[in-house]
Amino acid sequence: MSPHVVQLSDTALLLRVGDRIDAALNAQVHALATRLREALPAGIEDLVPGYASLAVFLDSRAVAEGLLHPRDVSGWLEWNLAQLDTAVAAPAPRTVEIPVCYGGTHGPDLDPLAAELGLSAAEVIERHGAGDYRVALLGFAPGFPYLLGLDPALAAPRLATPRARVPAGSVGIGGAQTGIYPREGPGGWRLIGRTPLRLFDPRRDPPALIAPGDALRFVPIESARFAELDRTR
Amino acid sequence: MSAPRIEVLRAGLLDTVQDLGRPGWRALGLGLAGAMDPWSLEVANRLVGNPPGAAGLEITLAGPRLRLRRAARIALTGAPIEALIDGAALPAWRPLEAPAGCTLEFGACRHGARSYLAVDGGLALEPVLGSRATDLRAALGGLDGRALHSGDLLPLTPSRLRAEAIRASAWWIDPGHDLDLSRTAVARFVPQHALADALCRRPWRVSATSNRQGLRLQGSALAAEAGGDGVSEPVAPGVVQLPPDGQPIVLMAEAQTVGGYPRLGYVAQADLPRIAQLRPGEHLHFEPVSAERAVALLRAQRAGLARMALAIDARLRSMGHAPGS
Repeated sequence: MSPHVVQLSDTALLLRVGDRIDAALNAQVHALATRLREALPAGIEDLVPGYASLAVFLDSRAVAEGLLHPRDVSGWLEWNLAQLDTAVAAPAPRTVEIPVCYGGTHGPDLDPLAAELGLSAAEVIERHGAGDYRVALLGFAPGFPYLLGLDPALAAPRLATPRARVPAGSVGIGGAQTGIYPREGPGGWRLIGRTPLRLFDPRRDPPALIAPGDALRFVPIESARFAELDRTR
Repeated sequence: MSAPRIEVLRAGLLDTVQDLGRPGWRALGLGLAGAMDPWSLEVANRLVGNPPGAAGLEITLAGPRLRLRRAARIALTGAPIEALIDGAALPAWRPLEAPAGCTLEFGACRHGARSYLAVDGGLALEPVLGSRATDLRAALGGLDGRALHSGDLLPLTPSRLRAEAIRASAWWIDPGHDLDLSRTAVARFVPQHALADALCRRPWRVSATSNRQGLRLQGSALAAEAGGDGVSEPVAPGVVQLPPDGQPIVLMAEAQTVGGYPRLGYVAQADLPRIAQLRPGEHLHFEPVSAERAVALLRAQRAGLARMALAIDARLRSMGHAPGS
């Protein structure tokens, strides 16, 4: 599939660089977002990365008042995409460390999951904590990261019956993905641990702990350290 | 003198504080939210002399009972609704001045699904990330990110408005041309998928499971493609998604920021206020238009609103009591 721009609405455009989940395509999305952000024209409200796409949201009032036309923004996007090949390599991503207390009450599915995968609990922790993850995008809920880079040996089906209440900060595995629940709610992922960090807090600047394109590492912590960080967050 | 507030004596079905939404945070997974029918909210704000994006109350299907704790200029727009002020009929689509202590009693919407109440100065809640809109899914904004409860107090800005008695203006806005709820809703739609043609040829009915996030439609199922559970990509209000059951969803004000279902196209933004007024069980038709035509519709709607705002401002000035005077 060759990169192309489609309209997402009267006031938003979607640039697609591919149609699959692929680290190289996603890296291209973040490189493009970085490039666009450096010289963002007036009237652009949001740049939103997907796995292999980037949405550009225009100020809808500016479009309605005839000050901005999606067509013009489309041309600007295509020009920037064409420049991308010749541009210098994107800067190395920021690495965010997420402390995780694995197993026990914080990760009730760790032991059954390990047994199912034919691994020990320690091996699951070791493999999960050794991963170099990349935040492909945020979505589903504010601050929720879609991560690339889970060890394929840890892939496991979701629970047949989702839990009604998953605590905020829970770290889970669902299919070939791993992620962190930003807040309490229902969920079907296999819970292997929990972080005391708050992923999203509207009173914080920036409100999300993690940004799209970040590199991410899980760092195992003991339950005493979890309790300490939980008190001071 | 008590603090300037509105007291919620009895909550309605789903009353939320809304403005024109919270742009700027979509990359973090936080969507726009804001009024489902932003056209009606903007007209209500204009009628009380507010900026278009001031926070007002969105009332859904059946409304609350409220008490004004300061003299206020108010306006009611959107879906026609049973409404009384101190026991007398409360006329819609016009400014009305009311003394402190008045009780507003809302019943059921007669047609449509969402009514809007604006108060001079706007509902003065603390903005969250630049907006007072309630985002129910993210549980933030408005009043603690939730719908109103009985006993809540909504802060107002201080005002020097004096009102000895209830006084409604003799003039009003006729919304009939812009928001015609008497005819079957038609959503002008920009097709972007092989199934879009079938979407436009079949009638759809609004499911009772619809909410501020999306209108769920029911009808003869569209054949969803095998392997259609695609790669998550950004979505926007107006986008029509097709889940595996073949029953389309029109994303609305509180749309999530990304989705993995196939996209059939999008509804012209100018038609979102009308379809936000659809009630469960009502019918909706899609009519294909070009992307260019959809933008033209939005521009025409904005131009009409600008003309209306000028006319309203002139009337408010001639009444001799613009806000703060």
